[in-house]
Amino acid sequence: MNAFLNWLERLGRKAASGVAEFGFAATLFGQALYWLVLGRWRRQPVRMPSVAAQAMDIGIAALPIITVLSTTIGLMLAIQGIYTLKTFGAESRVTLGVALSIVREFSPLITGILVAGRSGSALAARLGTMRINQEIDSLTVMGINPVRFLVSPPLMAMMVLMPLLTLWADLVGLFAAGLYISIELQGSLAAYADEVVTILKLNDMLHGLAKAAIFGVLVTIVGVVNGASVSGGAEGVGRMTTRSVVHAISAIVITDMIFVFLVTR
Amino acid sequence: MSSATPSIEVINLNTHYGDRQVLRNVSLSVNPGEIFVIMGGSGSGKTTLLNHLLGLLRPTTGTIRILGKDINTLSALELQDLRTRMGVAFQSGALFSSMSVGDNIALPLREHSDLDETTIGIVTRLKLEVVSLAGFEDLMPAELSGGMIKRAAFARAIVMDPKLLFCDEPSAGLDPVVASSIDDLILRLRDAMGMSIVVVTHDLDSTFKIADRICVLDKGEVLALDSVDAIRNSPNERIQNLLNRRTEEAEVDPDAYLRRLLGEKEKHANQPTQGRTGL
Repeated sequence: MNAFLNWLERLGRKAASGVAEFGFAATLFGQALYWLVLGRWRRQPVRMPSVAAQAMDIGIAALPIITVLSTTIGLMLAIQGIYTLKTFGAESRVTLGVALSIVREFSPLITGILVAGRSGSALAARLGTMRINQEIDSLTVMGINPVRFLVSPPLMAMMVLMPLLTLWADLVGLFAAGLYISIELQGSLAAYADEVVTILKLNDMLHGLAKAAIFGVLVTIVGVVNGASVSGGAEGVGRMTTRSVVHAISAIVITDMIFVFLVTR
Repeated sequence: MSSATPSIEVINLNTHYGDRQVLRNVSLSVNPGEIFVIMGGSGSGKTTLLNHLLGLLRPTTGTIRILGKDINTLSALELQDLRTRMGVAFQSGALFSSMSVGDNIALPLREHSDLDETTIGIVTRLKLEVVSLAGFEDLMPAELSGGMIKRAAFARAIVMDPKLLFCDEPSAGLDPVVASSIDDLILRLRDAMGMSIVVVTHDLDSTFKIADRICVLDKGEVLALDSVDAIRNSPNERIQNLLNRRTEEAEVDPDAYLRRLLGEKEKHANQPTQGRTGL
């Protein structure tokens, strides 16, 4: 009985701290947006150079790896698509499936996961280290709001860069798939491109890009929440960095499902 | 000196971490232009007191007035203004490791003033000159020695010409010679810029060298608050123990001791320590 009560107590505490963390994340997001919009009137504008620096870090530096991975995904989808459709002798319809799945699903997802691994973890580690070095306290006592200074710039950079990166991943993935399909089915790349343009509606593109922007927010906020909750020195920073990657990827996949459920049905 | 409003006024400050009371009825005031040392052993609550003075924690009860303003009733903008008039040199320096020393020192100017880059550069080098770090503005904090990091932290703390300067353990982790040079720096800053300086430390030598008045904290209470000589000659046994580095025998409560050995947790033991959360 006592063991059960203890277990119940632990469960309750876990649940409460989970809810608290969620609330903290929501507050942070609200504050970061607040400073983005109203910072100028509070004499603490979000500086464009630091947004640009973050954008370079999150976006431009991630381009090579995103190019490689979306090429791979495009090829993989084309191969699998042709293999599957062979069963019905419908290989010629492969473009439909490939184009829609790249634009609506794979590009945002792979970009989100990559950015979570590269930038979300970096954000968590940076904030965690700053926290244990009292750098966040020292910002506060200088009269510089830490959320405005540390969270708003990456948030803005992510919200702008994630859709752009996804757009790039779309193009690269579609091109790679097209290469394979046109060779395998002895068509021309131009005919493939033509087909893709007819198949893809603006709505499909926006579906993917909107998800990408949401993933950007998730990655930033999860990274910041984990970084800000660091305790226990360098080991704590490592633990929270790992946690932030796992949480960010889980959040991305789950949000993806919810988004698709709400928007597509 | 005492006719002007005090730089800091703390009235009946009480604070808790969870159920544990950390500060009990702390009252003190710091006069303009004075070097005020808050002294006490580990766990005496001096860091907590400092965090309250900096407005990083909210007290359970009590009033804290910094430069005549109650920091717990100020609006965010007023608090921001107030913070530009006080400087803090943290124990670890807390320089931003991603920025060069010069950028670190220039940051408050860039954020709070409309000065152009040339002027900011001049002010930055001027402050580096004051702390004898001229020519180091392009180095990264990781490339500095412990003493240099403290000096750079002082330069950043005084870059806005504050009325009030806080130093957390300025001599911790430094060898005696460097520690003494930091003490000289504190004295020089006060004489040159006329600011009030609050120093939190457990270093006795440096306390007696720089202090105008000393506040001795013990177990969250103000044990004594007086001039250097009065503290030195105090008849109070606990103060003399602190001054002569004698350890105190903790009074043993047999029942509590037995309970601890049996692993029975006290009522608040299961609760997470209520530190600061968030950014």
